[in-house]
Amino acid sequence: MSDMRELYQQVILDHNKNPRNFGPLESANRTAEGYNPLCGDHYTFFVEMDGDLVKNISFQGSGCAISKASASVMSSIVKGKNQEEVAELFEKFHSMVTGAAKAEDDPTLGRLAAFGGVSEHPSRIKCATLAWHTMNSVVKGEKEVVTTE
Amino acid sequence: MSVTNAVETASPALEGSHVRDDFPILRQQIHGKPLVYLDNAATTQKPQAVIDAITHYYTTDNSNVHRGVHLLSERATAAFEAARSKATRFLNAASDREVIFVRGCTEGINLVAQSYGREFIGEGDEIIVSAIEHHSNIVPWQMLAEQTGAIVRVIPVNDEGELMLDAYERLLNVRTKLVAVGHISNALGTVNPIKTIIDRAHQHGAVVLIDGAQGAPHTPIDVQALGCDFYVFSGHKVFGPTGIGVLYGRESLLEAMSPWQGGGDMILSVSWEKTTWNSLPFKFEAGTPNIAGAIGLGAAIDYVSAVGLPRIAAWEHELLEYGTQRLLEIPRLRLVGTAREKASVLSFVLEGIHPHDIGTIVDQEGVAIRTGHHCAQPLMTRYGLSATARASIALYNTKEDIDVLADSLHKVIEVFG
Repeated sequence: MSDMRELYQQVILDHNKNPRNFGPLESANRTAEGYNPLCGDHYTFFVEMDGDLVKNISFQGSGCAISKASASVMSSIVKGKNQEEVAELFEKFHSMVTGAAKAEDDPTLGRLAAFGGVSEHPSRIKCATLAWHTMNSVVKGEKEVVTTE
Repeated sequence: MSVTNAVETASPALEGSHVRDDFPILRQQIHGKPLVYLDNAATTQKPQAVIDAITHYYTTDNSNVHRGVHLLSERATAAFEAARSKATRFLNAASDREVIFVRGCTEGINLVAQSYGREFIGEGDEIIVSAIEHHSNIVPWQMLAEQTGAIVRVIPVNDEGELMLDAYERLLNVRTKLVAVGHISNALGTVNPIKTIIDRAHQHGAVVLIDGAQGAPHTPIDVQALGCDFYVFSGHKVFGPTGIGVLYGRESLLEAMSPWQGGGDMILSVSWEKTTWNSLPFKFEAGTPNIAGAIGLGAAIDYVSAVGLPRIAAWEHELLEYGTQRLLEIPRLRLVGTAREKASVLSFVLEGIHPHDIGTIVDQEGVAIRTGHHCAQPLMTRYGLSATARASIALYNTKEDIDVLADSLHKVIEVFG
C-alpha cells in the first residue's frame, strides 16, 4: 500500500474529488482541448489571456484521478503567471514526472511535488502531463487537439 | 510432456491448482505479493512444456524448413509440419492443406481481406461485422471497403452484450459477400451463436470468417461441424508463443484465392516469364516462417488437449460464476457484459473511479488486470464508456485469485472514498 499512497497522495485524491476551477469560463478568450483517446482522458481548458499573462483559467471534462488532479493543480498554479513562467513550470513538472529530476530537490515545485510518484509508473506519465501540454498550446496560441499518447 | 499427474491419470473435474505448477511465471511476487494474473484475454502464460519445446528446437534442431537436404533441416521440417498437423486436429480441419501459419489473428484476417476480399468482393458488395468486434476484425474490412467500394454493415448489440440476431437477419441480402464475427468477445466475454450466424450467412451465399482469438483457449472448435469458411486463432492466447497463429480456410476457397505476399516458399518455380505458385498451404506462407513459434504452438496444443478443453471450459465457468458473485458484492460496481452465454471475461466499472486508477491500485496488490477500451472502441462508444476494467480468466486461475481481486477492489474504494 505504501507505493500506492506515494502515487495517490492526499493532494491528488483531494483535487480529483473536488477539482478547482472546474466548469466553463465566460471571460475566456482562448480554449484548448486535451484528449488521450487510448485511455479516454478528455478535457477542455478555458483561458482568459491578458497579453502574455494567464488572467483566469478553468477546465471541464473527465478522466482518471491523475489527469484530473493534474489539471486542477495546474489551473490553480498558472493563474497570474506569464507565458515564460508557465513554460518554466511545465519544464520542471515534466522533468519530475519523467524521473529526470527529483521532487525533493526543487522546493519551488510546491503542490506540484505531489505528482513525484508518477515517475515510478511510466504508463501514467501521459495522464499527468496532458493538462500541461494542453496549457502549453494555449499560451502559445496553437489550435489543434493536444494528446500525450 | 509435463502435464501434472492429476491430469494425466483420470479426468476428474479440473481446478486451477492442479495445473498451476505447470506455469513457472506464476510462482513470482509482484510488489511483494503473489502474482494474480487475470489478463488472460490479452495474453496467456506459457506452460513449461511450451518453453521446453522452443528451447529444444533452438538447442538441437534449428535450421530452415522445406529446403535443406541435411539432417537438421529434415528435423526442423518434420517438427514444423508436425505442429501444423496438431493445429489441423485441434480445429478438426479436413487436411493440413487448410491450415496456414500466420503471425496471429490480425494477420490471418488481413490475409483473407486482401486475398479473398480483393478478388471476390467488389463495389456495392456488403461485409457484415458485429458491434462487439476487436479492432482487428473491423479495420481490415474498413480498409478493404476503402479499396473496393464495398460497404461494411454492423450487427447491433443489446445492453447485455448479445448480438441482435433479428437485426442480423435483416442485414443479410444478395449483396452480402462476407460475414466476419468473433467467437467470444474479448471485451465482454459474450459467446456468440456462431453456428446460427454461419448457417444464415450461407443461406444468402456469403462466406464466414470467425475470429477465434478468445475462442481457442476456452472452448472446443470443430470447423467442419461449424461449417465456417475461415477461422483464425492466435498462439499466444492459447498458452503458446507470440508471433504465431493459424488461419484455417476451406480448401476450395484457398485454392481459388491468389497469394497475399510473394517470396520464398510460396512459389513452385520463378522465371522472368512466369512464376507459378506452390500448393496449399505453402502458397500463403511466403518467407522463412516462425518455425520455433509453430513448434511452441504445437506443444501448447498438446498441453491444452491433454488437460482437455471441455474440462477447462467447466472450470472457467465455475470461476466465472464465482467471480460474478464476488464482484457484484462490491459497492458501486457494475458489470459490463452480462450475456446469458458468457465465457472467461469479467468487464466492469466502478462508479466515479477511472479504470486506469483501478488498474494501478490492484497492481500494487499483485493483481494484473486490463484497463482501457480493449481494442473495441466502437463497443465502448455504444455503452457510453471510454474504458472498463477487465479481469479475464484461464485454466490456472483459482477462487483465491478471485478473492484477492475482490479484496483489492475494496482497497480501491477505500483510497477513493
